Amino acid sequence: MAAEDMTTDGPLESATHPRTTRSAVIVGGNRIPFARTGGAYVKSSNQDMLTAALDGLIARFGLQDERIGEVAAGAVLKHSRDFNLTREAVLGSALSPETPAYDLQQACATGLETVIGLSNKIKLGQIDSGIAGGVDSASDAPIAVSEGLRDILLDLNRAKTTVQKLKIISRIRPKDLAPDAPNTGEPRTGLSMGEHQALTTAQWKISREAQDELAYNSHRNLASAYERGFFDDLITPYRGLNKDSNLRADTTLEKLSTLKPVFGKTLGSEATMTAGNSTPLTDGASTVLLATEEWADAHGLPKLATVLDGEAAAVDFVHGKDGLLMAPVFAVPRLLARHGLTFEDIDFFEIHEAFAGTVLSTLAAWEDEEFGRTRLGLGGALGKVDRAKLNVNGSSLAAGHPFAATGGRIVASLAKMLHEKGTVDGRPARGLISVCAAGGQGVVAILEAA
Amino acid sequence: MTDKYTQLVSQGLGKDVAKKLGLPQPVVLRRHQPGAPLVTGPVLVSGDSAGADDLATTMLGWGLDVRRNALPKEKLGAIILVLDAVQHPADLGKPVLTAGASLRDLSPNARVITISRTSQSARTPATAAARQGIDGLLRSLAKELRAGSTANGILLDEHEDEHLATTSPSALGALRFFLSGRSAYVDGQFLTIGSASGSLPNDADKPLAGKVAVVTGAARGIGAAIARTLHRDGARIVAVDIPAAGDHLAAVANEVRGTALQLDISRDDAGHRIIEHAVERYGRLDIVVHNAGITRDRLLANMDESRWQSVIAVNITAQLKINEALLASEHFKESPRIVSVASTSGIAGNRGQTNYGASKGGVIGMVRSTAALMEPFGGTINAVAPGFIETEMTAKMPFAIREAARRLNSLKQGGQPQDVAEAIAFLSSDSAGGISGEVLRVCGQQLVGA
Repeated sequence: MAAEDMTTDGPLESATHPRTTRSAVIVGGNRIPFARTGGAYVKSSNQDMLTAALDGLIARFGLQDERIGEVAAGAVLKHSRDFNLTREAVLGSALSPETPAYDLQQACATGLETVIGLSNKIKLGQIDSGIAGGVDSASDAPIAVSEGLRDILLDLNRAKTTVQKLKIISRIRPKDLAPDAPNTGEPRTGLSMGEHQALTTAQWKISREAQDELAYNSHRNLASAYERGFFDDLITPYRGLNKDSNLRADTTLEKLSTLKPVFGKTLGSEATMTAGNSTPLTDGASTVLLATEEWADAHGLPKLATVLDGEAAAVDFVHGKDGLLMAPVFAVPRLLARHGLTFEDIDFFEIHEAFAGTVLSTLAAWEDEEFGRTRLGLGGALGKVDRAKLNVNGSSLAAGHPFAATGGRIVASLAKMLHEKGTVDGRPARGLISVCAAGGQGVVAILEAA
Repeated sequence: MTDKYTQLVSQGLGKDVAKKLGLPQPVVLRRHQPGAPLVTGPVLVSGDSAGADDLATTMLGWGLDVRRNALPKEKLGAIILVLDAVQHPADLGKPVLTAGASLRDLSPNARVITISRTSQSARTPATAAARQGIDGLLRSLAKELRAGSTANGILLDEHEDEHLATTSPSALGALRFFLSGRSAYVDGQFLTIGSASGSLPNDADKPLAGKVAVVTGAARGIGAAIARTLHRDGARIVAVDIPAAGDHLAAVANEVRGTALQLDISRDDAGHRIIEHAVERYGRLDIVVHNAGITRDRLLANMDESRWQSVIAVNITAQLKINEALLASEHFKESPRIVSVASTSGIAGNRGQTNYGASKGGVIGMVRSTAALMEPFGGTINAVAPGFIETEMTAKMPFAIREAARRLNSLKQGGQPQDVAEAIAFLSSDSAGGISGEVLRVCGQQLVGA
């Protein structure tokens, strides 16, 4: 439908329905428990954690010495030495060393994008199996030297004589020695992600109570999922941790309501975003095993769900047209339209909780008649998400959010939920994933029970 | 591997000093390695019954250096005392004294094995006396042997019309087990051969080829050794442990090229989950090793309900429930094997372990009773009762208590997890098809308790 129209003005314009001859199934997943930064994984590198998550997946599905079609993973906070992070993790794992791998980086959407990318390769017939994943450590984050010092050091490297070297060294000033620590600030606005979301939260008039309630539900849902053993075949303990360390099973709305706001304190309106309804910095890794149905059958492995399709979007947050984390608002209607689906056809909504305000602003935009007409190009509001179907086993507010690992967490959990649900009114159960990302981006996907 | 004291007194100055001071002199035991010979030297088959002749002929066929009469000064690898035809205690003297004359010619780590018939099946008091006399004889002799040599007995059961030959499959299987390094820490014990079922393996180094084995509590210690040993013998492994032990479990599963199943065995659906996993992944289930167990030691006077109940729930109730599911499954019908890990605490008792002793005594009762239920489809169930085994758990005992526990047996040392695993591997094999409802102690002939 878009072939003759190469401009991208229409929000619903997207690629034509992909012609595929085979489906990409999710066999299962494995992650390590997510740990608050500075906690259990303080001494673990990205490579350590990704290797651990891979080895747990390999053990769960008996993939030792198996040559997997391709492994794709990535990290958002990445050392320059980790230029081949995923391949190095593969080499350190029990997989066949003949398994190729590549790194991918799309901010917080990294994990979901690896799933979509490998699924596409499977559907195209390029590979029969793949492992998607992601990892992030804010504890072991790279720290760069200052730009001034970097300049001097590079000059020093090029200097030939001792005199030249001494001259260059003499240029170093104390201020050059201050390290350049990573932050979550947007390069084009200088605002942190939290401050950006505070703008959006205020714009959509999301109340403090609504945000706290979402956070409370996230903890409660995640705790009860642990309680009934839901994660027994999704998580492998690591470094003495067997549950996400951010989970507060005993938190209450009352406790959440006492926390002081941390973002949006200078906006003029009431500041509503607290440490309780925002995700903390987290360390962790996740993996997802993808395959053709034939490969799964030949290996005697389960087929939990299929990856129906994915869609990416981006917004112009730099000029304030949309909020930094609002790109999924546009990606979802495009993806639904491509498959002729509405919210009625979705049984589980997995909307990544970067901040409670992000989820609630997204839902508010979809429920807004005018936004639907003017921005989404629809006849009215996109629709209302049934809260009973939203993040039913908890999400990032409770589990934490190691940036690139979140996609894999959601995909594996949702695939299991869909498998348990089976069919709804004679059709396969369906789940929608929405992940917002830095740089005004968003990636969304639909899974169906296999 | 071997404890430091054993290393010290096994050779050189340490050996001389220990001998002069009359200290215990444990030696490094001969343990099985793939490809290792069955025995370390010629085998003297003593006894003049037809059964002795048949056995000697069979062993010649195995390529062993078989003697029917001792040669002066020749070092022997084993003495097999065939007493299957004794009718009266007076019959014991001649063959026993003849064998006794050769005891000084035994090499280190040699074997003495009696073959006789169960006293319960004797038709006259005199025959019963002769047969039961062998029990006392063997157990005493085992305490006289030195330098890692052991004495064990094979008992042939008799039914109305079934007169088991000395060369019946499981008699030969047990003989090979006792001769080999697989029985290194089994001393002063009897194995009863109940029927002519079973068959010797085509490949002596892969007796479990083609089998699929589930090992519970496989993440560490004895369970991990069982997984490794069954894998070494050719089985494909499903390694089971509680989700919280998942990281160690994954490492074991990857090492043995098997699959990890994170499962709390005390869950009601544990048996179903185990069967489903094995059948889905491997298409079959042949062997289940109930190894998972916990201790919650307290004197009974100080015992609280949760300590008592949790030990009973994990150590015996879980096994009973899983066995029910196995017995009801169509996938567990082709000469399947169940082997439970009991404990000498369940036989001789142990201060502070009333709960544990009850659970392990319970395992023995369960095994004896379940044997009849397994018989219709050629299945067997047995228990292995370890004595003091060198594990992470026993390494935490106070030094003096540990040292005493370690030396109070005929071999003057603790056993290795592999020793327990070897006994389990044997009882899991086709060659043990005629052995069921038995409890085999792997305790180095512990001096206290029965």
